[in-house]
Amino acid sequence: MSRASLFIPLSAFVVIVALLYAGFSLNDPHMLPSALVGKPFPAFDLAGLGVDATPPERFTQADIQGRPMLVNVWATWCPTCRAEHAELLRIHNETGLPIIGINYKDDPVKARAWLQQLGNPYEFNIVDADGQLGVDLGVYGAPETFLVDAAGTIVYKRVGDVNRTVWERELKPRVDALLDSRAATEAGAGGSAEPGGGPHG
Amino acid sequence: MIPELGHFALILVFVLALALGLVPLIGAARGNSTWMRAAFSLSAGMAVFAAVAFACLEYAFVTDDFSVRYAATNSNSLLPIYYKVAAVWGAHEGSFLLWILIMTLWTLAVATFSRHLPLTMISRVLAVMGWLTAGFAAFSLFTSNPFDRALPIPPAEGSDLNPLLQDFGLTIHPPMLYVGYVGFSVAFAFALAALMTGRLDAAWARWSRPWTNAAWAFLTTGIALGSWWAYYELGWGGWWFWDPVENASFMPWLMGTALVHSLAVTEKRGAFKSWTVLLAIGTFSLSLLGAFIVRSGVLTSVHAFAVDPERGLFILAFLVIVVGGSLTLYAVRVPLIRSRVHFSGLSREVLLLVNNVVLVVAMSVVLLGTLYPLAYEAITDGGKISVGPPYFNAVFIPLMAVLSLALGIGPSTRWKRTSVMYLVRKLGAVFAASVVIGVALPLVVIGIFKWQVAAGSVLALWIVGTHVEDLWQQSGGRLAGLRRLSAGYLGMTLAHLGFAVTLIGIVITSHLSVERDVRLTNGASTTLGALTFTLLAVDRVSGPNYLADRGTVRVQGQGAAYEMFPEKRRYLSGGNVMTEAAIDAGVTRDVYVAMGEPLDDGGWTLRLHYKPLVRWVWVGALLMALGGVTAVTDVRYRRLRVRRDSAVATAATEPSA
Repeated sequence: MSRASLFIPLSAFVVIVALLYAGFSLNDPHMLPSALVGKPFPAFDLAGLGVDATPPERFTQADIQGRPMLVNVWATWCPTCRAEHAELLRIHNETGLPIIGINYKDDPVKARAWLQQLGNPYEFNIVDADGQLGVDLGVYGAPETFLVDAAGTIVYKRVGDVNRTVWERELKPRVDALLDSRAATEAGAGGSAEPGGGPHG
Repeated sequence: MIPELGHFALILVFVLALALGLVPLIGAARGNSTWMRAAFSLSAGMAVFAAVAFACLEYAFVTDDFSVRYAATNSNSLLPIYYKVAAVWGAHEGSFLLWILIMTLWTLAVATFSRHLPLTMISRVLAVMGWLTAGFAAFSLFTSNPFDRALPIPPAEGSDLNPLLQDFGLTIHPPMLYVGYVGFSVAFAFALAALMTGRLDAAWARWSRPWTNAAWAFLTTGIALGSWWAYYELGWGGWWFWDPVENASFMPWLMGTALVHSLAVTEKRGAFKSWTVLLAIGTFSLSLLGAFIVRSGVLTSVHAFAVDPERGLFILAFLVIVVGGSLTLYAVRVPLIRSRVHFSGLSREVLLLVNNVVLVVAMSVVLLGTLYPLAYEAITDGGKISVGPPYFNAVFIPLMAVLSLALGIGPSTRWKRTSVMYLVRKLGAVFAASVVIGVALPLVVIGIFKWQVAAGSVLALWIVGTHVEDLWQQSGGRLAGLRRLSAGYLGMTLAHLGFAVTLIGIVITSHLSVERDVRLTNGASTTLGALTFTLLAVDRVSGPNYLADRGTVRVQGQGAAYEMFPEKRRYLSGGNVMTEAAIDAGVTRDVYVAMGEPLDDGGWTLRLHYKPLVRWVWVGALLMALGGVTAVTDVRYRRLRVRRDSAVATAATEPSA
């Protein structure tokens, strides 16, 4: 046995660490692969939350089309949703990007109170009381946020909270790309909402 | 105020650990015995303040202080008091504080019970444990402080402990596992201290052995508890899933088992020294790797309830320093002298070598299967795959068969040289009997032949037979003779018999279990094997913090009739839905009923299992752990025993620096 052979365990360890580090930088646990990216938003027909005591109307997937928008899955029982609420408000106020809420497995009374108390960034809210739409969307847990293009195709999915960093790095570039290509299509084809955005990234 | 006190105590643990890592080492280098002795009081101080910190966090949970963010996310005022206490280690921050507490308690135990060891040795051992504690405390303070406040607006109510964890098994599973993981740091510290002093001898092995056995026994119990918990709580009826987090606890167990055996050779025969050191480093490294895998989210798993890249990076850096540093020390310091111990082709040394090789290969197989998805992802740029049970079973089962064969022979062999004829005379009859009975018995009892069942029975009987034969020989066939046997020998026998019990449990339950998914309306019946199941009613019941649909299922057959009550619970605060399976446990079989989903016509889907000998899997593991504990009580560890010859050897090999 020579001294050099004693370094074999150390070398094996270096390889394992390199692998762990590589896996670590590759694998952002918030970027779970979603079978839904690139697919149309699943079909649904559900009641709205009826904020400000307006009678609840019904919504279908046809309401999630026509322009790029964020679809945010939230609930009052979810502490992270409370944490990300301010950022959603900021995005809505500063960029005017429509945000649709899916109130997921929640108590509608509490949900309405929450929006009155914390402010309402949502254009409208869909009530998914039994989580059926959540199943179709492959929701792991609230909050989750989907970016949907004008054709109603899911472009990107975020598991976990949307914060300033996520907005700047992940969402904003994709939203800008969608808006640019949409402007380009409109200029060329005269304003039809054909799928011009397509999946980015 | 109390949480700040806890935070301050944790900072003191960190400072004391740093001092423990430095002062005795400087003392040992300069031959200053006062500085070396400081290790004892520093160890005690560390443990006291870790206990204070832990008590403060417990206080926050028990008094529902939701201004502590960690309590707010993991507890709830509706939670029963015993779950509030256990909720402290229900998630990452608190379980890491528990880890630190256990680390300091092991350090204190070493400082207390190994006080008679040479001061140069024990002060270095404690110093190594001080470094480790400092690293853990820094991790807790800088990346996952459990005492962080949720200010200025504390939530009025906590968001509740994950319902999966609201369970007796899970309240004691993590502490057991951690006591095992962290316990291997003692063997690691002894190995490092031995490398530093150059004192790699039989005495070193003897000092390490009881600590290693104790840690191994705890880890065995912890793994068994985890498996038992998964079985009754997850509602799938499985007890082992080859999940990355299970593998993370299984790898140190496999290598720790190899270490326990290798230490025996080093103590008794002075052989395998550098190999034993490597196993000691490896076992603790795998414990740390397990922590990295669970905490970093590198591998996605059902268990990964704490996922944070910053924490993962910290643990990775810690891993590099601890494991990289110790392997470098190993490469530089392990003596190159060939050991002058000779043994022939058939001897106890060779059998233990087989044990070591098989266990290390088995560990590598698990490591490969666990890391392969990572490598795959790195190569294919983001592709995700998972390695499943077929791979693990295909490679693991043959290895265990080889191990079982060797395990039967091992205790009957002698050191240095054993003649083949001696073994054939001693064990030939046992071998023949185990083959005949092992094939015939399952055939008679269950009436069908399955080669896997036959092979498993033969191997289990072989292990039991050879050990009983040896026990008979050693005790002279008298009960009084048993008392003369050493605790070490009895512990070994008990652990090996436990292995046989687990083995037969695994084989039988894997190959002879039956299950069915059925739809039943009220009053309807179905059959599974010889049993008839009737759904009598489904009622709404409420527990302290949940509502449940509770089924009443009548089971008839095998000369008995009884009712079982599976539940589907909906927890109030989180809205989580949990399946509480009803289990009728027995020595020969478990009957397992889990509620599925309600049907439109008022009926339910139910999952029914009939699992023969499934309890044996865990009972065997408990026997193994009991064997480990029994071996620790061996009197030879308590005799005063710095042998003159090893002291001379130390003086000769002590480096001059």
